[in-house]
Amino acid sequence: MRKLLFSVLLLVLLVPISMAQDTVTLTYLVDDAEINLTMNQALVDEFMAQNPDVNIIVETRPGGAEGDNIVKTRLATDDMTDIFFYNAGSLLQALNPAQTLVDISDQPFIDNIVESFIPTVSQGDAIYGVPTGTAMGGGILYNKAVYEDLGLEIPTSWDEFVANNEVIAEAGIAPVMATFGDTWTSQLFVLADYYNVEQGAPGFAEQYTNNEAKYADTPAALAGFEYMQQAYELGWFQQDYATEGFEPGLALLANGEVAHYPMLTFALGTMETNFPDQVNDIGFFALPGPDAEANGVTIWMPQGTYIPQTTEGPQLEAALEFLAFIASVEGTEVITSAVAPQGPYLIEGATLPDTVLPAVQDLAAYIDAGNSFPALEFLSPIKGPNLEQLMVSVGTGQMTAQEAAENYDFDVERQAQQLGLPGW
Amino acid sequence: MTIRNNLTRTLIDIITLIVVSIVFIVPFVFIFLTASKTQAEAAMFEFSLPSQFRLLENLWEVIQFRDYRMVLALWNSFLLTVGSVLLIVILAAGVAFVVQRRNDRMASLVSTLMLTGLIIPPAVVPTIFVLQEIGLYKTLLGLIFVEVSIQLPFAVLILRAFMASIPREIDEAAIIDGSSPWQLFFYVIFPLLRPAIITIVVVSAVVIYNDFTLPLYFLPGSENVTAQLTLFSFISQFSSRWDLLFADVIIITIPPLIMYIFFQREIVAGLTSGAVKG
Amino acid sequence: MTNKNTLPTSRKKKTQPATISRMYSYWFYLPAAIVFGVFFLIPTGLAFYFSLTRWTLFDATFIGLENYEYFFRDPQLLTALRNTFIYAILTSGSKVIISLPLALLLTSGLRLQSFFRSVIFFPVLISAVAVGITFSSLMQPSDGLINLALESIGLPQPDWLGDPDLALYSVIMIDIWKGIGIATLIFIAGITSIPTEYFDAASLEGGAWVKFRHVILPLSRNATFTVILLSFIGGLRTFEIVWTTTRGGPGFASDVLTSVIYKQYQAGFYGLSVAGNVVLFILIMSLVYPLMRFFNRMELEL
Repeated sequence: MRKLLFSVLLLVLLVPISMAQDTVTLTYLVDDAEINLTMNQALVDEFMAQNPDVNIIVETRPGGAEGDNIVKTRLATDDMTDIFFYNAGSLLQALNPAQTLVDISDQPFIDNIVESFIPTVSQGDAIYGVPTGTAMGGGILYNKAVYEDLGLEIPTSWDEFVANNEVIAEAGIAPVMATFGDTWTSQLFVLADYYNVEQGAPGFAEQYTNNEAKYADTPAALAGFEYMQQAYELGWFQQDYATEGFEPGLALLANGEVAHYPMLTFALGTMETNFPDQVNDIGFFALPGPDAEANGVTIWMPQGTYIPQTTEGPQLEAALEFLAFIASVEGTEVITSAVAPQGPYLIEGATLPDTVLPAVQDLAAYIDAGNSFPALEFLSPIKGPNLEQLMVSVGTGQMTAQEAAENYDFDVERQAQQLGLPGW
Repeated sequence: MTIRNNLTRTLIDIITLIVVSIVFIVPFVFIFLTASKTQAEAAMFEFSLPSQFRLLENLWEVIQFRDYRMVLALWNSFLLTVGSVLLIVILAAGVAFVVQRRNDRMASLVSTLMLTGLIIPPAVVPTIFVLQEIGLYKTLLGLIFVEVSIQLPFAVLILRAFMASIPREIDEAAIIDGSSPWQLFFYVIFPLLRPAIITIVVVSAVVIYNDFTLPLYFLPGSENVTAQLTLFSFISQFSSRWDLLFADVIIITIPPLIMYIFFQREIVAGLTSGAVKG
Repeated sequence: MTNKNTLPTSRKKKTQPATISRMYSYWFYLPAAIVFGVFFLIPTGLAFYFSLTRWTLFDATFIGLENYEYFFRDPQLLTALRNTFIYAILTSGSKVIISLPLALLLTSGLRLQSFFRSVIFFPVLISAVAVGITFSSLMQPSDGLINLALESIGLPQPDWLGDPDLALYSVIMIDIWKGIGIATLIFIAGITSIPTEYFDAASLEGGAWVKFRHVILPLSRNATFTVILLSFIGGLRTFEIVWTTTRGGPGFASDVLTSVIYKQYQAGFYGLSVAGNVVLFILIMSLVYPLMRFFNRMELEL
């Protein structure tokens, strides 16, 4: 009798607990760029279908600097969602990951991640995130129809690029797009030039991080600023470029009104949604440098998914399961079915479908040939916040390349001090 | 002579009126027209009649967007605005009442502090720390208190100027009749402040309702959206949906418009003896 | 105006001190003091401390005045300072110059008077975000309404928000457009509160000009001061209109102090941005306080 009573009591005590464990609800913070939202929602939906006991609610935040700030504030005030989606590389370093994020280096799914991604989400031996989505290339998106009509070849050096632009301008087409209405788009001449910087000044990233090399007095690094100055002086940009926005810009490229757009291949996702008929006319080539023999592409790592230290207990367990799902071949297949891949996945064994967009195939050719290098923001924790305004200043003729580079070095100094790096 | 004078005067009037109409009415007509267009037409920014009149469809689409988030946003904004304005009026009237009547050292200290409030920009992150410490972070009540503390100085300034126009004899009569301090304040002074209070209600309601930075920081989370934040999410997410963006502008402008039409006459009356003194 | 007439009599302290402290009890301060103290003064005090630290939100290292040094070394600071002054002076000046005649017109007994009063007040009611969106599209260089209108009458069509030399002035125009309603309202209030006796006396002597020069102008002086002061402070603190139209750009061409500070905040330079706030506060204080003293003295001369 007493035994029975005991077991009844035990049942009564246990049932509510196991009932409570039945469904775990997670919140997931994602920026509201349509591509990222679609991709993450697809991941969440499939994961929930496979794990009926986990419920994930996607919350959105603005993108850009506004969003960086929200993420920082919410982490600092212990108010972050259970999981969140955010950049890898220097932006992640600014989040103080050692103090705020859960170290996942002991998880088995880490073995699925391609080695080159790991340093961009690490501090010391700790690893904080899994790659969510594909890597991207930074370079020039171009309209293939324009190239065919004018009989142009893909440029492999800056001089060839200049020559091509002369032909294009003569045909009455604007050679290069600038969309300074969305200031972030102005940075590509400098950021996508990092492959060339590495050719001209090997090891720049490390010297730059250690306060031993500067943009203003390293000719190879200064080149990106000079490209912008040249573009302004030669009048390459289309009409209204000072206030044009990113999406209207894509329309100009798709319609062949502008021939080149210095951009990340991530724009292809938006193009596929907005201009499904024209996206196959868009190709990609690496930002040409001084040397045609050393032509290669600058690579952007995918964003990551992270768990803040405030996530505990069953939420933490469910969050880790979700991360494992993202870091699986199955996860990449879910992404592929939701949005067009913009580059290779960084998950071992993941493949791209045969139907991948032409521009992505162009990108893959560089990578397969071994001609690729990560962007500086994945090699160094320092990225100055004013680069976009400085580039716009050069592109609208308010500053010279040299002035902008000096200003940027000052900007970088503040960032390094804020991060508390040694040697600054 | 007088006829010619009258004629030129009328002419000047007419010209001014035409200019005022163009400058102030055309942008609103533009908003209205763009909100009535299709996506493709709206993106051309032309000042033209829409080929199909889609205003109602666009408004409806904005309202439905993400499970009727707009309804929730308007409700949150309503609570935020009404709660803050109520508090501002009562608190500011109390301060103005004592500051103006006492006019002592304490009163001038309070005035100086209020003046700094008018000038110093709010410190966002320290305020979040304080809100967290007292458990009000991410609550509507917390945001209300922050808005109140920021709007209070302006309200005190206006009410204090207005208090000066209420003769002390009125207080004295009430005191002789045996009023308690609270009775004097609530039954005698407060009703007399009515015109100035209406000015404050309108001005601070508009400012708080239209604020987008503070809700962004003090009330994060998708369930806490306010009217202005819906606009924000439209900008970043649908940079090409100008039709919906302008439809959203129309929807969120309706509440302050109604309030203004309601109070219009009394605002001028409130300023007559209030803000003019400064 | 009515205040002036009643003030001298009410200033006489007939009431006993004891009654004063009983009737006008400090208890009336208390609720406001708590809210203002907890939600404004304490955070502001903390901000002053943080301006002396390198602050990552996670921890703060005391570094003395280094943030201030950095703030003043910023190569863009001079542009921003100059823009802030231009902004504050032009907006407050134009608001007086435009809204005083407008107020006269709207108190002169027009048939559509109350309609027009509402119309010029509409922009006050819309949020800065909405104004920013609207004007960004009206000011589009090649297909915006403003330039299409200019084109049709054969005038040049500038790139209002994209031309570095023009962007700041375009933003200033938008600000004036949005703020003219409040300024006009204050003037209307000032004019309507002028006792009719003055007008009667003036109309005996002469026409509209006499009325304006000798009655309205001097008697709406207080309204003028209020408009100048409010819009001058507002101009020095301007942020939302700048941010929603140009974000300080192109480049740094239309940056003002608040947008520089906000960008530092966005970049995560928290200590630096709080130091910027302190500088802004001192700047506003040092400009506005003498202005207020001056206006107060002028008022007494009336």
